[in-house]
Amino acid sequence: MTVTATIRIQEADFDVAQEIAALSKGRTDVGAVVSFSGICRGSEQGEPIAALTLEHYPGMAEAEIARHADEALARWPLQGLTIIHRFGRIAPGENIVLVVTASAHRQAAFEAAEFLMDYLKTNAPFWKREESARGTSWIEAKGHDDAAAARWTKS
Amino acid sequence: MKLKYFAWVRERVGKAEEIVEPPAEVRTVGELIGWLAARDDSYAHAFEKPTVIRAAIDHAHVKADAAIAGAREIAFFPPMTGG
Repeated sequence: MTVTATIRIQEADFDVAQEIAALSKGRTDVGAVVSFSGICRGSEQGEPIAALTLEHYPGMAEAEIARHADEALARWPLQGLTIIHRFGRIAPGENIVLVVTASAHRQAAFEAAEFLMDYLKTNAPFWKREESARGTSWIEAKGHDDAAAARWTKS
Repeated sequence: MKLKYFAWVRERVGKAEEIVEPPAEVRTVGELIGWLAARDDSYAHAFEKPTVIRAAIDHAHVKADAAIAGAREIAFFPPMTGG
């Protein structure tokens, strides 16, 4: 059976429980569902923030995430895959990103979800700007995110 | 070709997109960055650290040595911070 990933880039919030249920509802072949939710923290490097604003590159964001979704589907025996990434202004406590993977066994579901998040962090064209009492500033990319993505590269 | 800028590259350049016609000797993404940086102070500021700038041709990541011939849309942006 060919598995097609569901990919959504949207400004609106999403319902994590509903997205998880959608991958296993009415099926008896799914034995494991892993979900990762990225949530807006209320502080950045010890300083309280009012909100994050996510800018994205429409068109490329979809294309880049689709490329990584295809790679995940080729590398792991997944039975379902959902990736949602929000853009726009996001307040502390709100959802930013969701990856849900479904498989017969847990290892593939865990690994594929981690692979996808590592690549979303470093390769999906989104940029976070923080708002705080000191004004607004772009959040800098972290070296450990590059290292996390690099470990999935096949030698 | 159409150029697009995102995040602080967009802010420093002062526009989100534009159409440019670089001269024939500008063949790669790296050479295009050099050509843009020489236009005025805003571009010079945006591209002051060329190695930090990431680029995409027609929605796919590319390196500085990528050829720009035939590109419809080239985008420049800082390292990504999504997820």
